[in-house]
Amino acid sequence: MTKTVFWGVLAAAGVAAGMVSANTLDDVKARGELICGTNTGLVGFAAPDANGRYEGFDVAWCRAVAAAIFGDPEKIEFKPLTTTNRFTALAAGEVDLVVRNTTWTFTRDVDLKLDFVGVNYYDGQGFMVPKELGVTSARELDGATVCIQKGTTTELNLSDFFRANNISYEPVPIETNAEAQQQYLAGACDVYTTDASGLAATRASFEAPGDHIILPEIVSKEPLGPLVRHGDSDWADLVRWVHNALLAAEELGVTSANIEELSASTENPEIARLLGTEGNLGEMLGLSADWAKNAIKAEGNYGEIFEKYIGEGTPIGLARGLNAQWTEGGLQYAPPFR
Amino acid sequence: MAMTPYVRTRMLEQKPPPVTSVGPAGWMRRNLFAGPVNSAMTVVTLGVVALLLSHLLPWVFLSVWNADSLAECRQIIDETWGTEHSGACWAVVRERFLQLVYGFYPWDFLWRPNLTFVLMLVALAPVLFTGLPRRMLVFSVLYPFLGAWLLWGGPVWTPLLALAGFGVAALGWRLGGRVNAILAVALAVLLPLLWWILVMGPLGRGLSALLPLGLEPVESNKFGGFMVSVVIGMSAITLSLPLGILLALGRQTDLFIVRSFSVAFIEFIRGVPLITLLFVASTLLNYFMPPGTNFDLIVRVIIMATLFSAAYIAEVVRGGLAALPKGQYEAADSLGLDYWQAQRLIIMPQALKIAIPGIVSTFIGLFKDTTLVSIIGILDPIGLSNAIRADSAWNGIYWELFAFIGFVFFLFCFSMSRYSMYLERKLNTGHR
Repeated sequence: MTKTVFWGVLAAAGVAAGMVSANTLDDVKARGELICGTNTGLVGFAAPDANGRYEGFDVAWCRAVAAAIFGDPEKIEFKPLTTTNRFTALAAGEVDLVVRNTTWTFTRDVDLKLDFVGVNYYDGQGFMVPKELGVTSARELDGATVCIQKGTTTELNLSDFFRANNISYEPVPIETNAEAQQQYLAGACDVYTTDASGLAATRASFEAPGDHIILPEIVSKEPLGPLVRHGDSDWADLVRWVHNALLAAEELGVTSANIEELSASTENPEIARLLGTEGNLGEMLGLSADWAKNAIKAEGNYGEIFEKYIGEGTPIGLARGLNAQWTEGGLQYAPPFR
Repeated sequence: MAMTPYVRTRMLEQKPPPVTSVGPAGWMRRNLFAGPVNSAMTVVTLGVVALLLSHLLPWVFLSVWNADSLAECRQIIDETWGTEHSGACWAVVRERFLQLVYGFYPWDFLWRPNLTFVLMLVALAPVLFTGLPRRMLVFSVLYPFLGAWLLWGGPVWTPLLALAGFGVAALGWRLGGRVNAILAVALAVLLPLLWWILVMGPLGRGLSALLPLGLEPVESNKFGGFMVSVVIGMSAITLSLPLGILLALGRQTDLFIVRSFSVAFIEFIRGVPLITLLFVASTLLNYFMPPGTNFDLIVRVIIMATLFSAAYIAEVVRGGLAALPKGQYEAADSLGLDYWQAQRLIIMPQALKIAIPGIVSTFIGLFKDTTLVSIIGILDPIGLSNAIRADSAWNGIYWELFAFIGFVFFLFCFSMSRYSMYLERKLNTGHR
């Protein structure tokens, strides 16, 4: 279809009408692949490797959803989206879901008519300063120059924080994270502020990471998660429960290593329901019985994905913190599979 | 006593000029040390240049080409030149070279963009250099269809049928021409549109079912890197020149509707930043089209870039037209040439010659503006540089990627500008 349209346009100008459908799952199945909106590049969360294969923490959610639907995590097409076109691309139906470190906020959920289906990473805005400045708390930053990305929620959070603490600052507006790194290293600003995960990744890329510290204050809530279009609750349910399956798998001790063994011989009824050896949860979603098993097999359970892309074993080196299971004192909590 | 006047009987040998005024020494004296102020400025300038180079050259040349990550680069630099030295890590360019050039185009099919590029040079040659046989222009006309087919793949029938649309147009023109001119124009426009929109799709599918000849299709989202810049840049350049000329003529014509449309179009497009048009192409258009329509993003961008640069070309060409003496128009009229003959034989050759520098700078600007597409998520070189930095192995790399991208763009733009100078020299028939 695309090709036909292209040739028509090449010759004159042609517009092809497509089919209108409200059922995203049917569309995806008919198409034979999932179209997942992802970041054009964010360290640890989404980036193409040298062969053009997308990898990262957010990307793992896309693959898990594709695996749940098709049983194959490679039946997927990634569409890199920028901060400016991510919501319109979803609303216009160019992508089936967006997993692009997007903060769940009231206006995005209600006013922009998007549905956030869960939180795959609890982030928050932090500050990084050079160690030689001798600062140990963000409250000591009176009069500091702060590098900050324009047009993001971080800009508003920053002004809120400084006003609440009655201290002054001078913003240095920056376009991209890469530029911010250069400005900060060149000494154009005393402080760099962005999401704490981004700060950790940025610091890891420095020549001497030990010369910089991330201050303990986290000044905002940035729950990041997958989102889908408003109006197709079945599809939202599917994505939400794939997300929950990854969480539940970690809680129940199901990993990509032992999943085959467990699905063959588990005594735990919840694991059996999750992996589809008991009950008909998959059928209710319009998927096969082993949907969750495929989703978990794609990149592992939540903890495995975390450790693989952003955890303490990686250069980014993020601790689980708020993103630990609720049993470990974190916020990640999957509703029961029954 | 008779005085014999001194008369030289033979010419003296010419003496060589003083050493200080010829050769390198003379040149330096004339150009660099012509006076105390001049000398002082020369010394200062040389000092600044030397200072810059002493920082830049070690960074560029005492650098690392073989490494798998930025950390490894830094380690190698520390081991080889000491911890104080800061050198470039060109290894990133080496590792991601194919990606920077072709984006995510399937590795197995790289011959297709390569062939397309070579054939593009062949197709451009007769247009750029008039010394070549005119018959080659046939290939230049067919090339857009061939090139697009090679890049995007798909059944061979699609480009052939799209081409056949022009045959349909000619047919309509001839059939309608038997009745009257208006019908001829109407048929020449309507019939091919109907052909492309209604007939081409089913017929193409039927033919491919009968005889499935074709290339593996490659989707637009696999395009990236300099390939995208060249595809968008070259398509927009070639399409915008004829469109721009038509708009320039439309702006000068006496036909009220054509003139108003041309003026409105030119002023609107020139009044809007390219980035706005790109956002329209990438997001707004989706709201106007039926859901599920998958209208290729790169084609949308090509259309917008073409319209954008056509408006500028139109104004540049209008400048050329305005610079022509009125006598040229009157001469054409007095020879009994009709409007199109006059334009083709007398007006345009002169107007375009005057407009060459302006046209080429518009093209260079357009080619560089293709990097703006990174803002709408197309991974052109700039977009890719961001994606590459997002790989944790290369996070923190900055200048190396920009330096490489800038170098390649310089090669393209510099050759365009040299070509325009060549063309000006060649066409310089001289009015002064």
